[in-house]
Amino acid sequence: MAQMLALYKTAELAAQSTEALDGAGVTNEEWDVLTDAPYPEGAFGEKDPEHKLYVFPFMGACIGFTLAMIETIGTQTAYPLVTGGKPIFSMPAMTIIAYELTMLGAIIATVLGILFESRIPNPFAGIYDERITEGYIGITIICEEGKIESLETLLKANGAEDIIIEK
Amino acid sequence: MQERVFLPNKQINDDLLKGSFETPWWYLAWMALFAALTAWGVFAFGYAINKGLGVTGLNRPIMWGFFLTDFIFWVGISHAGVMLSAILRLAKAEWRRPATRAAELLTVLSLMVSALHPIFHLGRPWRFYWPFPYDFSRGIWPDVRSPLVWDPHAIFTYLIGSTLFVIIALIPDIAVLRDKTKGVAKVFYGALAMGWRGTPRQWKIQIVAGFLLSGLLLPVFVSVHSIVAWDFAVNIGTEGWHVTIFAPYFVIGAVHSGVSGVVTMLILLKWMFKWDDYIRQEHLESLAKLLIVIATVWFYFFFLEFIFALYNLEDQEIALRELQAFTWPYNLIAFVFLFFGYLIPVPLWLFRRVRRNWVAMFITSIMVNIGMWCERFLIIVPGLARKTNFNFSWGSYTPSWVEISIVVACFSLIFLLIMTFAKVFPLIPLFDIKEGQTLSDEIQIGKRTVPALRVEE
Repeated sequence: MAQMLALYKTAELAAQSTEALDGAGVTNEEWDVLTDAPYPEGAFGEKDPEHKLYVFPFMGACIGFTLAMIETIGTQTAYPLVTGGKPIFSMPAMTIIAYELTMLGAIIATVLGILFESRIPNPFAGIYDERITEGYIGITIICEEGKIESLETLLKANGAEDIIIEK
Repeated sequence: MQERVFLPNKQINDDLLKGSFETPWWYLAWMALFAALTAWGVFAFGYAINKGLGVTGLNRPIMWGFFLTDFIFWVGISHAGVMLSAILRLAKAEWRRPATRAAELLTVLSLMVSALHPIFHLGRPWRFYWPFPYDFSRGIWPDVRSPLVWDPHAIFTYLIGSTLFVIIALIPDIAVLRDKTKGVAKVFYGALAMGWRGTPRQWKIQIVAGFLLSGLLLPVFVSVHSIVAWDFAVNIGTEGWHVTIFAPYFVIGAVHSGVSGVVTMLILLKWMFKWDDYIRQEHLESLAKLLIVIATVWFYFFFLEFIFALYNLEDQEIALRELQAFTWPYNLIAFVFLFFGYLIPVPLWLFRRVRRNWVAMFITSIMVNIGMWCERFLIIVPGLARKTNFNFSWGSYTPSWVEISIVVACFSLIFLLIMTFAKVFPLIPLFDIKEGQTLSDEIQIGKRTVPALRVEE
C-alpha cells in the first residue's frame, strides 16, 4: 500500500478533487483532508466524524463527585467537630467541595477524551507536508501501488500543485 | 461594524509568530527589569521567612492587609479568561478571536500568582499543604466547613481547568511552530504537537472541546470568586463582611478588573508586536461596551453595600462606613477607588471617540485596576481596624517594605511570564484568525458593500 498527499492552494480546488476521487471509486475511508484551520463540516465532501466526546465529562464528574464524598465524609468522620448540637456532616460545606471536585473530574476527563478522540499523541500519524500550515490544503489517499499513476493524473487534472508519494 | 483585513495564511503565521523568531532590544530590557523586581521580591519573602511575619505591617487586629488585597485582586484578574474566551465563544461572537488566548493566559498566570499569596501570608509557609487531607499521623484533618479549605479546592480546579484549556487550544499553533522551526526547537515543538495534522476529525474535536470546556469552566468561574468572597462573608466578627451580596459583588468586580486587564494587555501587545491588522478598533470598541455594562452592574452592587448599612442603621455598621468614606487615609483610598474604578472611565467610555482611542483605553483600563485594587483594600482593612466584640482592640496598618516588595514582584512576575510565553508560543491563536477569515464575506446591499459572516446551519 502507498500513501499520497496532494497539495492545493484553494478550498474550491480541493473540493473539486475529492469529488473526482469519489467518482473514481476512491471511498471516504481511503482519503482524508489536512488543513491549517477549521473549515465548515462537509466543505470537502468528507464524512461527518463520529465521536463520543460527550461521555467523558459525565464519567469524570462521577469520579470527581465520588472523590469529594470520600474526602468530606472521611475527614468529618475521622475528626468530628461537635458544634452546638449540629450534625457532624455539614451539608453546605460538602456541597461546595463536591461541586468543585465534580467539575474538576469532568474537566480532566474531557481533556483526556479530547486527546483520545483526536487520536493524539501519535508520532506515526501518516503522510504530511509542512506547507499545510502555510495555507495549503492537503488531500491524503491510501491506495494500492498499481493505482498511483492514475490517481496522480486525476489529482493534477483537478489543480494539485504538488503530489508527494510514500510507498 | 466589522473592519476586516484579508491576509494570506502565510502572512498570518509570520506576523503572529514574530515574537518567537525575533528578539528586539526592548524585549531583553523589559525582561531584565521584571526579572530584577521579581528577584527582589523573592529576597523579601526569604527575609520574612527568616525573621517572621513581624517584618510586615500586620498586627492585631489587622491580620489581613496587602497580601490578602493582592490575593483577591489576582483572583479577580483571572476572571477575564473565562469571560472573554468561554462566554464569547459560546455566544459565537466573532470579535473574540484575537483576545481569547491572551485572556486565558492572563487567567492561568494570575491564578498561579494569587495561589502564592496565602503562602506569603503564612507564619510557617512550609506547612502550606495542611489544607489538603493527606496526613494520617497528626490525628487532625482539614475542617471542610472552613472557606479556607474551600479556597484551595476552587482555585486549583479553576487553575487546572484553565491551564488545560490553554494547552488544548495551543496544539494546532504548536504544529505551525513545529513546521516552521529547525533543530532542537523542531523536536521540542514536535513533541508538544503530539502528531497533530489538521484532519477534519481533529478540527471537529477542537471546536467541540472549545464549547465543552467553556461550558464547564463557566460555572467554576462563578463559584471560585464566590468562595473567595465567602472568606469574608462567613465571618460574623468583622463589620461590613457578613453580607449576602459579597459573592456576586466579588464576581462582577472580578470581571470588571479582569476585562480591563485584558484591554491593557491587548493594547500593549498591539504596540509591542505591531499587530495593527489583528487587534483593531472594532475589538477595542466591543470590549469598552462590555465594560460599561459590567462596571455599571458592579457599581450597583457596591452601592447596595451602603444601602444595607443604611437600611438597618446599626451603629457599628454606620461607624465603619464613616471610617471608610470620611477618615484619613481611607477616605483618599475611597476617592481613588470610586473615581478611578467607575466615575471617570465609564462616562468616558460612553463616547465613541474614546472607545476607539488606543491611548484613552489604555489609560482608563489601568485606572480601573488601580481603583479595583483600592476597593479590595477598603473592604479588608477598615473593617479589621475597628474594635469589635471579637477583636478587643483598635489598630492601624502601614505596609512594610517587605509587603510592598512582594506585591510589586507579583506584578513583575506576571509580566515576566507573559513575555516568556510570547517568546515560546503565539499570543493570538493562528487558527482562530484563519477561521475568522474563512467565514468572512462581503455582500452587496443596494449601493453599499457590507461585511457579512457565513454561518453553519
